[in-house]
Amino acid sequence: MDFPGGRVPFTDRLSFVGGAMSPSQPTSCYRTLDSTGACIVEAEVPHDIDEELALKMYETMVKLQTMDVIFYEAQRQGRFSFFMTSNGEEATIIGSAAALSLEDHIFSQYREHGALLYRGFSFLDMADQCFGNVRGHGKGRQMPIHYGSKAHNFQTVSAPLATQLPHAVGAAYALKLQGKPVVTAVYFGEGAASEGDFHAALNFAATLSAPVLFICRNNGWAISTPANEQYKGDGIVGRGPSYGIPSVRVDGGDARAVYSATAEARRIALEHNSPVLIEAMSYRSGHHSTSDDSSRYRTAEEMSEWRARDPATRFHNFLVSRGWWDDDRERQLRVATRKEVVDALTEAQKGAKPPLADMFTDVYADMPWHLQEQAAEARAHAERHPGSLHGIPLE
Amino acid sequence: MATSLLPARPGGCRFDLGFRSAIARVQPFIRKEPKATLRNGPLHAVAQQKLMWEALREAVDEEMEADPTVCLMGEDVGHYGGSYKVSYDLHKKYGDLRLLDTPICENGFMGMGIGAAMTGLRVIIEGMNMGFLLLAYNQISNNAGMLHYTSGGQYKVPVVIRGPGGVGRQLGAEHSQRLESYFQSIPGVQLVACSTVANAKALLKSAIRSDNPIIFFEHVLLYNVKGETKEGYYQPLERAELVRSGKDVTILCYSRMRYVVMQAVQQLEKMGYDPEVIDLISLKPFDMETISNSIKKTRNAIIVEECMKTGGIGASLSAIINESLFDELDHQVVRLSSQDVPTAYAYELEAATIVQPEQVIEAVQRVVGTAVPA
Repeated sequence: MDFPGGRVPFTDRLSFVGGAMSPSQPTSCYRTLDSTGACIVEAEVPHDIDEELALKMYETMVKLQTMDVIFYEAQRQGRFSFFMTSNGEEATIIGSAAALSLEDHIFSQYREHGALLYRGFSFLDMADQCFGNVRGHGKGRQMPIHYGSKAHNFQTVSAPLATQLPHAVGAAYALKLQGKPVVTAVYFGEGAASEGDFHAALNFAATLSAPVLFICRNNGWAISTPANEQYKGDGIVGRGPSYGIPSVRVDGGDARAVYSATAEARRIALEHNSPVLIEAMSYRSGHHSTSDDSSRYRTAEEMSEWRARDPATRFHNFLVSRGWWDDDRERQLRVATRKEVVDALTEAQKGAKPPLADMFTDVYADMPWHLQEQAAEARAHAERHPGSLHGIPLE
Repeated sequence: MATSLLPARPGGCRFDLGFRSAIARVQPFIRKEPKATLRNGPLHAVAQQKLMWEALREAVDEEMEADPTVCLMGEDVGHYGGSYKVSYDLHKKYGDLRLLDTPICENGFMGMGIGAAMTGLRVIIEGMNMGFLLLAYNQISNNAGMLHYTSGGQYKVPVVIRGPGGVGRQLGAEHSQRLESYFQSIPGVQLVACSTVANAKALLKSAIRSDNPIIFFEHVLLYNVKGETKEGYYQPLERAELVRSGKDVTILCYSRMRYVVMQAVQQLEKMGYDPEVIDLISLKPFDMETISNSIKKTRNAIIVEECMKTGGIGASLSAIINESLFDELDHQVVRLSSQDVPTAYAYELEAATIVQPEQVIEAVQRVVGTAVPA
């Protein structure tokens, strides 16, 4: 029957779908490496990784881990206000970022700075942002981790969860209108997927045929709220088909699987002018942020079990099995990276802070009179009370 | 009490209905007129009387023609042409992609417009009714307003968020919102209110070319006012308009209150008063140059606004006048605002909620004193 709402067949059976009325198996999780990193020989790998790519991915995973450890410690020492780590999700972030073209636009939530590292953003760029110094691309305006780099097609992170999802749909629309054969990739957590913006973005992308890759990092925890209190049904992936979106669940600890799934999703998105939803299953091995102590709500056993499943080690074992990596290179990489990170932090901490005048720029394209007036008042106050500037210059 | 803009009740044309539930009901009416207009002659004829919605449509049309990155999105803006016809038939010229019909979700299409603007487009986002844009407040405030700043100037968000606002005719509380007071404190957004056929077109054209996120207020009762447009004109977004020059008192107003004030002025003139009337146009930032020059001349200020008294546009403007022009005033600033209540549906209560011409007359008498015939 052709209803305005859709062409549907009739039935004389009364049956309800979903929930308790039609229990079904959860969607399987695609993987190509077993938990030790050994290849699953029969695995379908439509987009495999060659040596050069594998090394770049692994090196970035090591960079990310090293940076996370040292930046985290720097925050604990009070050198800057806030930090978030990606422990447990390195393969999800790097595996997906590696499958994107540099022309693809990334809309991130906040735990995907690994994708920015993969695109060539330096430790110093990140340290400058965390210290909010004058060199920092954000001019000291946005809290740590909320990076953004137009040059890297990586949009500035906005703190309210999930607002980046409709942005990604809009960007895909803009790129389509400009005739560019690229996708936008948008990251979010399973907690953020409870926001209205998630549902709107999926529905918009599907109805408007926008090539968006929705990449969900299902790390099991939204600060202290476990995933089983966040949703019912077949997780995040289960929602995709009801929006008419091709969807896949992937082992987020398997960088090779994430890469292959993302590359295939990208192909589908461009060929079919369609969004694709990827749910990467992983575990947030670290605390939510430096403002959180997850031992208050998770058992030590659970945390140590998952830490043992380190995605970087798993990928490392895959590289070694291919003969692409050895202990010497591992040692050299770790030592060199560690030095680079420490040097970046030292350098960034020495960086001058933005001047007082910068507080008033970029609010508008041109400064309106009321901001000029307030800038003059702030300056006059600072001149009367130089100590209030804490050492920053006026201009 | 009714101004010429308020059709006598009942039976007047209901061009003010734009909400979803009423579309089917008013469609036969709103479909008829534009066709006739289009048949009767070119929309671009110079010095031809046109309606405000036609002027707004011309602005969108001309800017879309001049710049392929300009697009318009929202609910029912494509083949339907927008609930107030501002994009009437434009989809035929520019296609369904640039006149983008979106599913219903204000925060969703607002976010989409912002994302598109960050990625190289100039996006006009139509709110079917300004009141519904409260659902998009998160995107407007946290993202449209702030991303240019938080990105260190990397990302501009050139969006024009426009649609019908203000108190219409018996549309009830949620459809009679005056959101300028809600939006005015958001850093990074600029507020513009059009009021005439001429300034509607010229301001919208400027707004589309601006790199700032602009919230552009159209009034639900003004879409069918008549007037002329000046071809090729881009009106500065930050300048107030001098509506009537006078010496007794400066009356500051915007949007539909301009007509309420001018109705009062007709009476005031007969009574021997000589008020100066300024249409603010820019609700953020205020054009304090024009405003202060006027107040220095008249030494009196009355603010007439449709928004709520508490935390409203008048509250901000009054504070600035008191702070910066205290010594220039012979009388305290007087604010005539709507009551701090949701707008009632009942006709009489609705009328009592908004400012009436009689109140303007009384305020002028109170501030200026007895009129001295010129």
